[in-house]
Amino acid sequence: MTLILPSETASSSTGPAEVRLEVRRLCKIFADDPRPALSLLEAGAGKAEVLRRLNVNVGVVDASFDIRAGEIFVIMGLSGSGKSTMVRLLNRLIEPSRGEIRLDGRDLTRLPKRELVEVLRRDMSMVFQSFALLPNRTALENAAFGLEVAGVGKAARRAAALRALEQVGLGAYAGRYPRELSGGMQQRVGLARALAKNPTIMLMDEAFSALDPLIRAEMQNELLRLQREQARTIVFISHDAEEAMRIADRIAVMEDGRIVQIGTPAEILREPADEYVRAFFRGVDSSRVLRARDLARCDAATVLLDEADDRRPALRRLSELGAGYGYVRDRAGRFRGVLSRDGADLLDGVEPAAGDAPVHALLRRVATAPCPLPVVDGQGVFLGVVSRAALLETLDRGSLGDG
Amino acid sequence: MDEDLAAAIGGGIGVWSERLVNAILDHGQPALDVVAALVDGFGGAIDGALLGAPPWALGGAITAAALWRVGKGFALFTALAFAAIFAMDLWEPTVSTLGLVLASTALSLAAGVPLGIWMARSRIADGLGKTLLDLMQTMPAFVYLIPAVMFFGLGRVPGIIATVIFAMPPAVRLTALGIRQVPPELVEAGRAFGCRDHQLLFKVQLPNALPSIMAGVNQTMMMALSMIVVASMIGAGGLGNVVLQGIQRLDIGLGVESGLAVVLLAVVIDRITQSFGTGRGGKAR
Repeated sequence: MTLILPSETASSSTGPAEVRLEVRRLCKIFADDPRPALSLLEAGAGKAEVLRRLNVNVGVVDASFDIRAGEIFVIMGLSGSGKSTMVRLLNRLIEPSRGEIRLDGRDLTRLPKRELVEVLRRDMSMVFQSFALLPNRTALENAAFGLEVAGVGKAARRAAALRALEQVGLGAYAGRYPRELSGGMQQRVGLARALAKNPTIMLMDEAFSALDPLIRAEMQNELLRLQREQARTIVFISHDAEEAMRIADRIAVMEDGRIVQIGTPAEILREPADEYVRAFFRGVDSSRVLRARDLARCDAATVLLDEADDRRPALRRLSELGAGYGYVRDRAGRFRGVLSRDGADLLDGVEPAAGDAPVHALLRRVATAPCPLPVVDGQGVFLGVVSRAALLETLDRGSLGDG
Repeated sequence: MDEDLAAAIGGGIGVWSERLVNAILDHGQPALDVVAALVDGFGGAIDGALLGAPPWALGGAITAAALWRVGKGFALFTALAFAAIFAMDLWEPTVSTLGLVLASTALSLAAGVPLGIWMARSRIADGLGKTLLDLMQTMPAFVYLIPAVMFFGLGRVPGIIATVIFAMPPAVRLTALGIRQVPPELVEAGRAFGCRDHQLLFKVQLPNALPSIMAGVNQTMMMALSMIVVASMIGAGGLGNVVLQGIQRLDIGLGVESGLAVVLLAVVIDRITQSFGTGRGGKAR
């Protein structure tokens, strides 16, 4: 028999993927000479103080983060926190005042304009809050814009644009002008324009914020579906906490031009770095954000048993520890069943929960299960258990946090 | 002493401008001749083409344009207007005036649109350009008629050049305005997708500035029409000349007829060119 007493919660990441974009100490000061403002910021002054003393606007201060291949990285914050400036620094629509932006190791801030244009044409595209479609062009011509600019021949770019329009469900509207389309459809064209040249990086600036809530949810699903078909590296700007929680692999929270926290949605919900972050995500229904795997724990009270072991010593062990239940696994770590201290056999009717199941779908099962609910991953490997106490504590923090 | 100084400066401006004009006349004659030949050739070609066409063909073509761009009612008006002009025996001067307006407008746009683009893109060009345009718009036309005649003699060429100076400012201003008013996110989109400067201009800025530029074309044509009497004083001919004759002979009939012809021509030109700014049938773009 094996007794394991892990102290960590089950890790949710599948190991760090390759880093695509490395941002180091990135600053944007809106002034001809950024140096006085920078030295004031070095001395610890805030955005408001720089504005008051030098009458200079600060966009972004010392932002450093890595964006990994294939992830949706959401940058969020209130308006004026610098998030729109941040995304424009990444493709140099706004020139950085200082710092580095390395795309696959190459520093974009040092590229001459000619080479930057090549990078923008090949690797990056952008989706705008206001859609920014050209009104004098049809949906197809808009979708083909990036390829046209890059010098792709007419037949090839029309074919690619049509494929992109079909990807977003607008194949039938290729000949329509933007003014003939609804807001949601216009943004689908914007998405198709970004997809048509098959970029590896997409910058999305409040891409769904101008849409009404139903259409917004639809577009979020669309994005997640496209991401499942082909994982692109996406930098998504948002001020909507629910949206960030829904689509993000990781979130960076910005306040007054600085990044105050970076983490997965579950990490940020569980351990907000400060009051600002906590306030930001207050009201987010954590039972819809958190997954079973985020709550699954293996602590001192969770007794793990090996399937190959003898039952009798295992039962003795349980009573020595004062534990009611033991979780039985096979050699590969897969969950096999639950052993009760009172019975010699595995309990009936304890079905493990899938690690990806949202917490709100577990409520009934946790409430009715005789023991803390076991959680397994896609291969059936035991991740930990969700107890009633842990569940209630999570729900309390999520929805009643401001009480 | 202050008065002396003031007089010296004041007199100086007059003396200096005289010297400048004389210097241009002394040393720039070959260049002036080239300009004169080009403008004369261009204006003459347009005149020749318009006057060479039979009246029914030209009137029919413009009526067809009215039908295409505006509508049936206005096409009928256009046909009647040309019939009236023909009946008043003013066909030839009217067509010659149309030629003058078209030539001046074409030259105004050829110079004005690039200048407007430059002004929209450079703060220095904007400052200099605005000063120049203010000068062109406020300087009484009769003042630059003097050097125009000195440089180019009497006839069509100084008429076209004086008209261009008077009529070009709206083309410049509305081009610059149109480009500056292109929504910034469209410009951002262009740049984010890797436009070079010329691609941004031709694929994003100019197409979106087009309604404003067309309003500039319309205004330029209207201003060119309002110059025709002044231009005819230095021998540009056309309807302006007939108006002048009416004044000189105190011939009310001739004055009213020629004035009416100017107005009819103006209305037709105005409505047709306006339609390019707003889209066919007056629909907003």
